[in-house]
Amino acid sequence: MSTIAATRPLPENRISPVFRFAMLLPGGLVTFFLILFALGLVLFLAFRGNDGSLLGVSLTVENFVTVATGPLYWTVMLRSLVIAGLVTLATVVTAYPVAYYLAFHAGRRRNLLLFLVTLPFWTSYLLRVFAWKIVLAYNGVLNSAFIETGLWSQPTLAFLNTPAAVVVTLAHAYAPFAILPIYVALDTIPKSLLEAASDLGARPFTSFRRVVLPNSMPGVLAAALVVFVPTVGDYVTPAMVGGPASTMIGTLIQSQFGKANDWPFGAALSVCVMLVILCVVLVARGADRRFGSRT
Amino acid sequence: MSARADINAGGRWLGLYVLGYLVFLYLPVLLIPLFSFNNSIQAAFPLQGFTLEWYRTLYGNPALSGALANSLVIGVIAAFGATLCGITVSYMDLYGRSPVAATISAIARLPILIPGVIAGISLLILVNLIGLGPSRVSIVLGHILVALPTTVVVMRSRFVAIPKTIREAALDLGASDWTTFRRVMLPLSLPAVLSAFMLSFLISFDEFIVVFFLAGTEPTLPLYIWSQLRFPRSLPTVMALGTVILTVSFIIAGTAEILRHRGLGAARRNPA
Repeated sequence: MSTIAATRPLPENRISPVFRFAMLLPGGLVTFFLILFALGLVLFLAFRGNDGSLLGVSLTVENFVTVATGPLYWTVMLRSLVIAGLVTLATVVTAYPVAYYLAFHAGRRRNLLLFLVTLPFWTSYLLRVFAWKIVLAYNGVLNSAFIETGLWSQPTLAFLNTPAAVVVTLAHAYAPFAILPIYVALDTIPKSLLEAASDLGARPFTSFRRVVLPNSMPGVLAAALVVFVPTVGDYVTPAMVGGPASTMIGTLIQSQFGKANDWPFGAALSVCVMLVILCVVLVARGADRRFGSRT
Repeated sequence: MSARADINAGGRWLGLYVLGYLVFLYLPVLLIPLFSFNNSIQAAFPLQGFTLEWYRTLYGNPALSGALANSLVIGVIAAFGATLCGITVSYMDLYGRSPVAATISAIARLPILIPGVIAGISLLILVNLIGLGPSRVSIVLGHILVALPTTVVVMRSRFVAIPKTIREAALDLGASDWTTFRRVMLPLSLPAVLSAFMLSFLISFDEFIVVFFLAGTEPTLPLYIWSQLRFPRSLPTVMALGTVILTVSFIIAGTAEILRHRGLGAARRNPA
């Protein structure tokens, strides 16, 4: 097929300019206007002083100096990184066996299981977080269940309003994100590779460690990225189940555009978060290359 | 032989693990419907008794029905916009053979790497700059942005599954680009179009993080829920509402997934 197509003028060359323009217009408008231009505005605003007007006054790096010299911002940024890192680790480690089962053992049940693990992905994030609030509350599900079964006699305050509650809730909310990329990576490993490993005398564990795991690393890294990015900027979960000790960087950004009303400073914080994400993406890219990505 | 037995035993243990994982995934969410029927203001064991009282409070609540109407209108318009963008972006990415189309497609998937709070504030600055301000139109723009990566991925995987020869045959037989797109490629990918539409509707319907910044005086359903969470007395009502939303979400998402897979299967079975 492809050889015939190559000897003839390619149909692609015949695309009319009007058709091309019409087809590129909606996507072009949205991507350049809503994504690039909007992000450009954030970058611009980050270098402006706050005078209460929309785009601020005069060019300045003062916002970034405040971020760099304020211990609060370092603490909150570090806490966000630790929480997002733990959530990423927890979701990826717990999702891997599920993806492995789906790829190698599920058989006829595969489609049903894939459907079941992706379904929560499409339900309300707010409701998934809210569910944990009623689970962890002082007079909530967990405390009342423990008292009912006689495990302890007094409700404990130890669940709600802790960073641990934020980690558990986020790990649950973003769990479905991690399975699919790992599953896709595992599913595309040629079965001949596994047969070759076992024919050459590798025990199942060795063949997992030396063949399956390295070959699935691109999926693992992709999964880590899609969990890490939304969690590092989350502000809803800390507000719902985290309490004051789990303020995250997203909370600070949100308050700059709300109560604190310092948009340029909020923009500067956002730029810092995007830089951190950029670093994480670059590290993931580097790791991907080191592990010998097949893509 | 023994290696084979090992693998099967391993598979059984893994199967149990997957079962436990699914329980962890669904149990907290299923508590919402459970307590929505519980005759108590608190979500705690033991269950007090069965009641439909909380569902009754959903009726005749103008703030709630207003938020629902907003969510439906915004969801449909945003889903239409996101699906249109998803179709055109992925089609041109695959067949446009231009760096511009490839760039647009790459940027369209970029929002995956932008935390919701930053997408929200960047759009807030934008809509204030162009004079829209926080409003329903702004929310539609925000939700097109949030749903765009999903529609692009769904449509792209569908277009990839259609054998190249079909489009080439249409063009060789003299169909114009537009005719080929509208009469050949679009009908062949109809299940994916419907799936992309439903999924982007759901994304908009459930979205909270971005809409929080873009809503004016007319809240959507998630914002209404958020405003009610402050009052402990309204928790049972929130749970009844949550149960309705979860049920609708499961039905729409289920239908969308079935459509997507059925469409792909059909394309593989009869490639011509």
